Amino acid sequence: MADASPIGIFIAGVLTLGIFSFLYKDNPVYKVCEAIFIGVSAAYWAVEYFYSALYKKFWLGVIPPEGSGADPDMWLWGGAILGVLMLCRMIPKINWLSRWPLAFIVGATAGLYMMTFFVSNAMNQIASTMQPLIQDTFLATLGSFTVAIGTVTGLIYFFFSKEHKGIFGGAAKVGIWFLMVTFGASFGYTVMSRMSLLIGRLDFLFSSWATNFGQMF
Amino acid sequence: MSRLSRLSISRKTFLTSLLSLLVFAAYSAPLLAQDSDISVTDSTSAELEGAPAAPTNVLAVDHKYDIGEAVDVSWDLSFDDTAGMRNVAGYIIYRSVAGSAEFDSIGAVFSLTSSFADIGLTRGETYQYSVSSYTLSGQVSEPIVSAEVTTEREWFDWDEVWVFILLVLIGGSVMYFIYHARKGKQMFLRKIAGLQAVEEAIGRATEMGRPILFIPGIHDMDDVQTIAGMTILAKVAKQVAEYESRIFVPTRASLAMTAARETVREAYMTAGRVDAYRADDIYYVTDEQFGYVAAVNGIMTRDKPATCFYLGAFFAESLILAETGNSIGAIQIAGTAQPAQLPFFVAACDYTLIGEELFAASAYLSGEAKQLGSLKGQDVGKVIAMAAVLIGAVLATLGSEEGMNIETFRGAFHGIWSVFGGGQ
Repeated sequence: MADASPIGIFIAGVLTLGIFSFLYKDNPVYKVCEAIFIGVSAAYWAVEYFYSALYKKFWLGVIPPEGSGADPDMWLWGGAILGVLMLCRMIPKINWLSRWPLAFIVGATAGLYMMTFFVSNAMNQIASTMQPLIQDTFLATLGSFTVAIGTVTGLIYFFFSKEHKGIFGGAAKVGIWFLMVTFGASFGYTVMSRMSLLIGRLDFLFSSWATNFGQMF
Repeated sequence: MSRLSRLSISRKTFLTSLLSLLVFAAYSAPLLAQDSDISVTDSTSAELEGAPAAPTNVLAVDHKYDIGEAVDVSWDLSFDDTAGMRNVAGYIIYRSVAGSAEFDSIGAVFSLTSSFADIGLTRGETYQYSVSSYTLSGQVSEPIVSAEVTTEREWFDWDEVWVFILLVLIGGSVMYFIYHARKGKQMFLRKIAGLQAVEEAIGRATEMGRPILFIPGIHDMDDVQTIAGMTILAKVAKQVAEYESRIFVPTRASLAMTAARETVREAYMTAGRVDAYRADDIYYVTDEQFGYVAAVNGIMTRDKPATCFYLGAFFAESLILAETGNSIGAIQIAGTAQPAQLPFFVAACDYTLIGEELFAASAYLSGEAKQLGSLKGQDVGKVIAMAAVLIGAVLATLGSEEGMNIETFRGAFHGIWSVFGGGQ
């Protein structure tokens, strides 16, 4: 906020307090702040998308500025056509055409991510789990066994073709325990990072905003 | 897909090369500037006077399994770069296009480095490389020239054939189960606690005369979690229509709004209640993450939905939403595959679909042959994964002191493939 104007800092502080007031209960101040936040951000993103997608990407892509030396990128017309099809939903007679770009996006996404997800989310993790069970120290050995058992029992928990009963159910229970311990650790870690965000905001209120407030009034 | 990934150059190699280039730019810039057009045949005796021993055995080979835009250059270290000598600061790599005697410097690497990846070349062009060692004082050895190499494009990356085999195996299982599901074969799926509560939660909202809130995550339709959320939305909306209740679906992405409207409208049509469908209850709010959260919090506190569904991709807003829902006494059913957000949903919601349970839920609720078959096929993949982990850990324990990494895993598959005559 170093380069923000005093009025800007003042408004930011008031809006921050307005949003914080929700901690007490829903109130008119919060409603005003909420409406400002939504309205401003929606307008911002509308302009941002228009500028970056329609103008910068599409318009300058198909009609490169003189002297840029770039060739028109005709592939961009594919995206433009899909965009126009999307708008067809506003015309009742041909609104079914708007399903095509949706189908294209869903299908293309599934295809594109298949390899990436399969390699990074499955194969790499399996390969990383293949560590020697016996290590140099007792703790390292315990760690290796924990990783192997946690991975296998976790997979058993996510096995949907068999009822969780008997030994299989017991293994699944061990798997969910591993998950819950992991979640607990993750919870604590994330709460700490959220606290740092809160501290940052309070620091703004008590330093920049309070100082600015004193100077203004 | 980036050029680097297409070339199958590992990130580690790339980063090492980049770091080497950056650090040595300071050392080598004067040399490179001075010798930017070194002619191998024109090397003068002045340059070689007091120069370190040249590297040997310079090889230039076309980069394997790429689109024909890279060459891998390697050499044996200069004698002056070996243990006990260490007089070499690094190596300069030169390149010439076939037919030209002029070699241009294209890069430099640290001492004790014996390879260089030249990327961004022209496919089908023939190149020749030479490598010189140099000292910090700027003395450059005679360049050692490699044989000519022509860049070629390969259609298949045989290093990744193991991924292909596993995908075929799992994909084949999926198709097998889809085929049998379509034939009417009963597919068993274990019960998922969160799903058992869906109907009860919708019924409760109806009895209380309060609406249902459905948040399909904050990502767009290019996220598979959003797609899974939409599939569950279809089932939820159908029940809402049958119970003559009301559902609100505020979205952060405009495309998600469109998909949600399509989904809900079709659900109402299926339930025979298309007249009760209200498009205005499914609306775009804003792309701004916390602006969206502020709006949803407002909806919760003012409309007081009796049931809240959070099914899709969530980030920092997960706990804010779930806590607000909790404060208004709503039954909350959440599901996401974002590991960092699951703890918050587990803590604040009544039921949480963990990771793949979200995807299983859509198959379970819809009962469609495609989704059921897909889920059963994925279970085959899990059996393979479990077997791989156990067998791999045992083999690593018995046969390796350093454990297995992705390269050994890949190497094992490649080795097996080679036995059957695959690859090159």
